[in-house]
Amino acid sequence: MDLIWEGLRKALELLVGLDPEVLGITLLSLKVSGLATLISVVLGLGAAVVVALNEFPGKRLVIALMNTGMGLPPVVVGLFVTVLLWRNGPFGFLGILYTPAAIILAQAVIATPIIAGLGLAALQHLPPELRLQILSLGATRRQLVWLLLREARLPLLAAVMAGFGGVISEVGASIMVGGNLKGSTRVLTTATVMESSRGNFEVAFALSFILLVLAFSVNALLTHLQQTRRPR
Amino acid sequence: MSAPLLEVRELAVHRGRTPVLDIPSLRVGPGEVLALIGPNGAGKSTLLLTLAALLKPAAGTLAFHGEVLDSEAKRQAYRRRVTMVFQDPLLFDTTVRENIAAGLRLHGVRAEERQQRVEATAAQFGIAELLDRSARHLSGGEAQRTALARAFALRPELLLLDEPFSALDPPTRGGLLEDLGRILADTGTSALLATHDQAEASRLASRLAVMKGGRILQAGDLQQVMNHPDDPFVAAFVGMETLLQCTVTAAVEGVLTLALAGHELIAVGDAEAGDSILVGIRPEHVTLSLQTDKTSSARNQLLGTVTKVIPWGPFHRVELDCGFDLSTWVTPQSLTELALAPGRPVVAAFKATAVHVVRKGHPGGEAAQT
Repeated sequence: MDLIWEGLRKALELLVGLDPEVLGITLLSLKVSGLATLISVVLGLGAAVVVALNEFPGKRLVIALMNTGMGLPPVVVGLFVTVLLWRNGPFGFLGILYTPAAIILAQAVIATPIIAGLGLAALQHLPPELRLQILSLGATRRQLVWLLLREARLPLLAAVMAGFGGVISEVGASIMVGGNLKGSTRVLTTATVMESSRGNFEVAFALSFILLVLAFSVNALLTHLQQTRRPR
Repeated sequence: MSAPLLEVRELAVHRGRTPVLDIPSLRVGPGEVLALIGPNGAGKSTLLLTLAALLKPAAGTLAFHGEVLDSEAKRQAYRRRVTMVFQDPLLFDTTVRENIAAGLRLHGVRAEERQQRVEATAAQFGIAELLDRSARHLSGGEAQRTALARAFALRPELLLLDEPFSALDPPTRGGLLEDLGRILADTGTSALLATHDQAEASRLASRLAVMKGGRILQAGDLQQVMNHPDDPFVAAFVGMETLLQCTVTAAVEGVLTLALAGHELIAVGDAEAGDSILVGIRPEHVTLSLQTDKTSSARNQLLGTVTKVIPWGPFHRVELDCGFDLSTWVTPQSLTELALAPGRPVVAAFKATAVHVVRKGHPGGEAAQT
């Protein structure tokens, strides 16, 4: 128990004292996972809309692949992204391995199928005739997509939260493609792993608490968005 | 006849390779309300979806105000002048006000006019006091009123109604039918109503089309189809419950004498002596008494025995054996006064004009009685 209290005290100390290193790590985590989630929302929701609104051969297979992608292990993603970005790999010329850009890329690969899969389920859960009703009210294709997304906004925001939650908390891919470099690619999860392995449990605890608070705050904000502008 | 608002020619719709709709021709005139009736799976919804330009036909043309809708641009423009209402109200998860405004927003109607039209339409449908309520907390009737108001706010030239009342309880349905009938008449809006309920059809429509298996069996003026069905299926579906196959023994100036199960029936119609014809009698045209009435104008008075009494909503359905099966409706009061019960002998009376000739010729095929 002492370790936990010590950790909590340390966390407060680091936070209140605005420890520059911890602050940098926290902000980087937020920035990296936030951008990765944003990219995943664009790609994932785009894919969900395309699959939901069109009939094509092999649709079931595509949906099965999207759903499988939701459980993509971060270390596997980390491995593939590392190989692709390796100096003499196909995208080695970009020179982004062991930079925050590589973490954003890997995390986007993890979150996109989560948002696509849950987003598709959300859209498919709408009554099938709703699409016809919206079109018969005179909607253009673009207006149709907008109204369907708005109707499914609750489960869609849940999908975004699941995507963000998945990447802010993953460590495997971040450590593999980022390298946990101090002041450059060290994020909350990779720092926690490192401090813990060094036996600095109170710092590890402190970082964990910050991670929890961060995850909670972002989800609280999204929940607020989800639940407001909805009439009683 | 003025130019039709909507005209369909040689329409065919396939699902996969199976043809599900085959409509050689159908017209809807300005201000006309046409009811499509038929059992589930008759193709009513498919026809409405095709007419709403939401389903592409395999063949055939749709013309609006005489102009054939032969491009996606024309179909899109047409969808802004025609609106469909479904059995499920399909409301958006927002307020009643925003629901009614939804179509107007899609059409780009400016805020000021939008608000004015939303309020006027809500008042027409009696839901003005619900405007700021959430659409999630409406009763079935209120939700369907909101859906209809959302459609009417667009001032469509043609309204396509796909069984919009069938999920409602009878009192709610009655009130809504009455209001909708008044609003359609007031605004002069043309409408197509799909329903499997002939009573609903007769309350709203001036024309009737009976569908089965993706085809229109008979279409025409409401009274014409109701009283002169030219097919046993149509007859049964418009409520002509008793269908009898009989032989014409005499035909004098349109008055027919028919032989049936030892009885002589008098009918009015077009047939010749020796013809074998199918006639129909609506239950509501049959009255019951305890003895024959020489002073009555009912030319047909038959002795029969009550076989069954079935409570049926506010009425009772009484089935008789007069040598052939005959059914009628009575009020609970008549049931008591005439002491109607199985085995009770009664006199069934109906006028010659209540015996409708459904089809001439060939006996057999369908049973003589249904």
